[in-house]
Amino acid sequence: MSEVSNPWEKLKDFTDARIALGRTGGSLKTQELLAFRKDHALAKDAVWADLDVNSLRKQLEDLQIPSMLLSSQAESREIYIKRPDLGRKLSETSSAEIQNSKVPASDISIILADGLSANAIFLHAIPFLQEFLPKIKGLSTAPISIVSQGRVAISDEIGESFSSNISIILIGERPGLSSPYSMGIYLTYNPKAGNTDEKRNCISNIRTGGLPYAYAAEKLAFLCSEALRLKLSGVHLKDTFDHHSLKNESGKN
Amino acid sequence: MVYQHSVGNFNYSFPDLKTVLAKATPEKSGDQLAGLAAQSEQERIAAKLVLADIPLKQFLREEIIPAEIDAVSQLIQDSFDSKAFQPISHLTVGGFRDWLLDYQTDGEKITQISPGLTPEMVAAVSKIMANQDLILAASKIRVITKFRNTLGLKGHFSTRLQPNHATDDAKGIMASTIDGLLYGVGDAVIGINPVSDSAETTLRLLEMLEKLRLQYDIPTQSCILSHVTTTLELIERKAPVDLIFQSIGGTEATNTSFGFSLDTLDEAYQAGKELNRGSIGDNFMYFETGQGSAHSANAHHGVDQQTCEVRAYAVARKYQPLLVNTVVGFIGPEYLYDGKQVIRAGLEDHFCGKLMGLPMGCDICYTNHIDADQDDMDNLLTLLGVAGCNFIMGIPGADDVMLNYQSTSFHDQLYIRQVLGLKRAPEFDEWLMKINLTDSTGKVLEVKGNKLLKL
Repeated sequence: MSEVSNPWEKLKDFTDARIALGRTGGSLKTQELLAFRKDHALAKDAVWADLDVNSLRKQLEDLQIPSMLLSSQAESREIYIKRPDLGRKLSETSSAEIQNSKVPASDISIILADGLSANAIFLHAIPFLQEFLPKIKGLSTAPISIVSQGRVAISDEIGESFSSNISIILIGERPGLSSPYSMGIYLTYNPKAGNTDEKRNCISNIRTGGLPYAYAAEKLAFLCSEALRLKLSGVHLKDTFDHHSLKNESGKN
Repeated sequence: MVYQHSVGNFNYSFPDLKTVLAKATPEKSGDQLAGLAAQSEQERIAAKLVLADIPLKQFLREEIIPAEIDAVSQLIQDSFDSKAFQPISHLTVGGFRDWLLDYQTDGEKITQISPGLTPEMVAAVSKIMANQDLILAASKIRVITKFRNTLGLKGHFSTRLQPNHATDDAKGIMASTIDGLLYGVGDAVIGINPVSDSAETTLRLLEMLEKLRLQYDIPTQSCILSHVTTTLELIERKAPVDLIFQSIGGTEATNTSFGFSLDTLDEAYQAGKELNRGSIGDNFMYFETGQGSAHSANAHHGVDQQTCEVRAYAVARKYQPLLVNTVVGFIGPEYLYDGKQVIRAGLEDHFCGKLMGLPMGCDICYTNHIDADQDDMDNLLTLLGVAGCNFIMGIPGADDVMLNYQSTSFHDQLYIRQVLGLKRAPEFDEWLMKINLTDSTGKVLEVKGNKLLKL
C-alpha cells in the first residue's frame, strides 16, 4: 500500500477549505473520507430535525416571556422542502389564533422559526434573546412566535397580524458541511405579506465559532432603532453598525 | 396541430407544444412547483408518445415564447440555419432520436446539423431519450475550444480549479490554488467566485492569479466570476482579464433578473475580442447555467425548466464560449429534489449543450437540503466521464466553504482519470510533467520539495 504524507500541511493555516488531505493512490484516505461523511451526516440530520417547540416554550416561560406556538401551511418536512411558498404562509389555525389573541399593536414582533436547521434555533435562540431583549427594554413587543416549518417571509404575515412596526425572525440557516447549526436573523420594517428580500436586513452565521451572540444582539438593537427612526429597512437602511460600535466590541470570534 | 394520445383507458390531449414539452419531462420538483408537470406517469408517457410523433418542422411553426416579448426567442429565430437543418428536416422528434443513435451518424454529422437545431427541438428529443441514449449520443460529439490550451479533445477531461474563500482572503485562496495545482487541477480555468462583486476585489484577485500564472508559466486561464458589467469596467481599466464570465438563463426576463441584456453580452464579447489575450485560440467567454433559474426568477412563461435551460444554450452559442458549465444541483430541492433528478438533469444538460455545439462541463453538486449525497455525485461523475464531458469542478475536499455546497474534489478527478484513462489538456499535462507533479501516465507524484510549495 502506498500512502503519501502531505508536506504542505502548513497551507492549512490560511483557510478552512479541506486542503492538504493526503491521498492513497489518487483517492482520499479512510480517515478523511469518513470525516467528510460525518460532517454530511450532521448537516443532513439538521435539515430533517423537528423543532422541539414545547421545550422552547417552557424555556421562555421560565424567563417570564410570553409566547405562542404557530405553524406554516407546510404540513410536513417533505412538503416544506418541496414547497417554499407554503412555508411562507401561516396555517389557518395559526392566523385565527393571532386574530383571537387581541394582542395590542407593538413596536416589534419576534419570531423563532426552524427554517432549514431546527437545531440552530434550539441551541442559539434563547441565549441570543437573553442578550438582545435587555437592549430593547424601551420598546413594546408582541408575544414571541414559535413557528414550525417556517421560511423567512412568514415573518411578514406574523408581524402584520400583530400590527408591529418591525418584525424580526430568528431562523435556522441552510446547514453547511462545517456549520450544521447556524442561525440567521432578518429584520423587516413595516412587515406586510408579499414583501421581498430587498426590504430586509440580515445578520447571518450566528453559531459556535461564528458570530457571537453579544455582537449580533448589539447590531440588531442598532438596526431596530435605526429602522424606527428612518421608518424603513432593507437596502436603504445602511448597515453602519461597525462604524458606530467600539473596535474591541466588534468583529467575529 | 392536434396533440393527443390514449394510454390505458384515457385519451390525453394537450393544448399546445409547450404543454406537451412540459408534460413529457421526466419528473422534476421545479416543474411540479410551477404546476407544469404531468399529474401521473400515464399522462407523462402520453405526452412522450405525442412528442415522438411531432415533426421537427413543427418547432419552426409554433413558438413557445413569442419573439415579440422575449429577446431570447428573437435570437433563436435569427440564428436558425435552415441549410444545416435540411438533412434532418423530414424527421419527427422520435425519428431524430433514432438518427442520433444510428451507427451511421457520427460526431461530424451531428456537428454539421447542429446550427439547424432550435433549443426546443433539442429539449424535445432529450425528453424521450433514456439516460444511456443521452450518454451515447453525447459521447459522439467533440466540442474543442482554445485559449491558452486545448479543451475537449477525445480522451481528455479538464477541471476548473475553484479555490473560493469565505472572505476573499488572498492567502486563503492561494493555499487552495496551490493545493489544487499539486493534484493537477486547473486546466479548464482557475476560477474564483468572489464574495464581494466589487471591482476592487475582482481586480485584486485577478492580479494575484495573473502573477501566479506568469511566475510559473502555467498554460491555463484565470477568471473571477463577477458580474459581466464589473468585468467590463475592469477591461476598461486594463485589468488582466482572461475570460469574461456571466450566469445566463433561457428567457429575457431571467437575464433581466441577472442584471444584463443580450446587448451587454455583445458589448462584453467585443471588448474580449479586442483584448486578444489567448495564446492559441480566441474562445474567451465563460457561461454558467442551471435548470430552475428561470423558474426561481418567476420568468418561465409556462415553459418547463429543462426547455428553459436549453434556450440558455442558444444564448451561449452565439459567443463561441471556452466553457459552459451547468451548475446542476445548486439551486435546491424545490427544483431538483433528489439524487435521481440531479443525475438526470446533469445528463440532459450535458447532452443538450453538446448537441447545441457547446463545450459543456458540469458542476456536479448538491446542497444539504437535497436528498442526495456524495455517492450520487460519484455516479454522475462516472456517467459524465463516459459521456465525454469537457470539464468538472475541482474543489478542496468537495466542500466549497464560501458557497456552502458540495461538488467534486481534487481527488474525484484523479479517480475518473484512473478508471477511464482520461488525460488533461495536452499543454497542461506537459507542464505538469515538466515541473515533476505528474508522471507520463498522468498520475500525481510525491511533491516533497516542489517549487510550487515555496510560494
